[in-house]
Amino acid sequence: MKHHLLSSADLTREDALLVLDTAAELLSLSDRPIKKLPTLRGRTVVNLFFEDSTRTRISFEAAAKRLSADVINFSAKGSSVSKGESLKDTALTLEAMGADAVVIRHSASGAPHRLANSGWVRSSVVNAGDGTHEHPTQALLDAFTMRRHLGDLDGRRVTIVGDVLHSRVARSNALLLSTLGADVTLVAPPTLLPVGVDTWPVQTSYELDSALDKCDAVMMLRVQAERMDAAFFPSAREYSRRYGLDDRRFRRLQEHAIVMHPGPMNRGMEISADVADSARSVIVEQVTNGVAVRMAVLYLLLGGADLSRTDPPDFDPTKAEVVS
Amino acid sequence: MSSASRSRVPTPPFREVLDSSDIARALTRIAHEILERNKGSAGVILLGIPTRGVPLATRIAAVMAGVEGVEIATGSLDITMYRDDLRLHPARALEPTDIPTGGIDDATVVLVDDVLFSGRTIRAALDALNDVGRPAAVQLAVLVDRGHRQLPIRADFVGKNLPTSLSETVQVRLREYDDKDAVMISISDASGSR
Repeated sequence: MKHHLLSSADLTREDALLVLDTAAELLSLSDRPIKKLPTLRGRTVVNLFFEDSTRTRISFEAAAKRLSADVINFSAKGSSVSKGESLKDTALTLEAMGADAVVIRHSASGAPHRLANSGWVRSSVVNAGDGTHEHPTQALLDAFTMRRHLGDLDGRRVTIVGDVLHSRVARSNALLLSTLGADVTLVAPPTLLPVGVDTWPVQTSYELDSALDKCDAVMMLRVQAERMDAAFFPSAREYSRRYGLDDRRFRRLQEHAIVMHPGPMNRGMEISADVADSARSVIVEQVTNGVAVRMAVLYLLLGGADLSRTDPPDFDPTKAEVVS
Repeated sequence: MSSASRSRVPTPPFREVLDSSDIARALTRIAHEILERNKGSAGVILLGIPTRGVPLATRIAAVMAGVEGVEIATGSLDITMYRDDLRLHPARALEPTDIPTGGIDDATVVLVDDVLFSGRTIRAALDALNDVGRPAAVQLAVLVDRGHRQLPIRADFVGKNLPTSLSETVQVRLREYDDKDAVMISISDASGSR
């Protein structure tokens, strides 16, 4: 694996399977009386959150602590953090404190990339969500959850529905799932599909019903009102009617199909309460699996020898592998 | 240490120290010794250390079950996260840990591994065991003891004591993973990693 995890595109198929297999072994830890491993003793993990988050920050914190790492939480909420200079100053502070890994969430797309490739820090950088760009550990935990229910993802059909335009989850999932061999269909109104989606390794559709019949997993995305600076659809009611997962659509799904949501949910908007609480909804399980997946990522980035120091000077960890 | 052996192909010259029937006899003797030491199989759990300790534990348990007429609890204990040399290598993939239902509290746990060398694997296994539960006693069974201990650890049950030099490599092959059952000794290319 590379020194940083900035994008799902950083992961080769072998890397991704290694993370998922490692996470599968680590998941059993939650059944043990002592839910802790000594592996990262003496290592420091900094959670650098420039944007609100509950589950991702707690999940990373739990993962680092279960591996016995020291955790420092840095929340920039309320501070007038502008990009560039102040991110640099923060980074230099972290470097001076001797952080071994920086888990960063930032409202600006590309902030983790800047942190990793600017030469400010030597630590591993893990992208915990940047703007509308990527959220690779969410994609890993989604793939992990699907694998537990569906087995090998080769040839499986996954439908991702909703606000693709503002969703870093959708982009990371599309890249990772296609690396793992799944067929991904994005369903959204034309206004909520990003420019350039035709270059993604996915199919797109404006119409939900036809995409539900054959899919093995359906992932509902949150409508991100806080990122919307214009009217992307006429009304919440119309959106819900056309793109919401309600009882009627739920019954169209195959017997074994699972329902996913990265959270937080808008119940009644993109997903009805009954569907969210149904037996085939794995939304709560996604949170549990998140800790195991993040443990696997931290272990694989920090647990072994640091080979990155021997990389050639022009080493660029963000250079994406070709995703078919 | 056991995990180094999976992909290594013996480089000639090597010679076979134990063949298939030697291994079978050694495991049968170990099974009887475990039963004798513990006055039967009550409360005995066999935990193999991946990779090759696991099939060895299964085979010993099969012999014990044949003698006692009861099922012997077996499992596996991965020690990767407890190793003291993690930072000397790239991060390793994990092996399965499988603790028998009911846990190991107050049981007699027999750790099973293929080769006992520096003792560091067993040190890590004792730490790992500590996080799983509190056994009444821990014993150690190995197929080969090749000497060169770096820690105060000894085996309770040994299939074969094999005096070696540090430049030699000992390799255990088991038909669960390899083409046949055999213990090989060879001149290693690197300086004695096991």
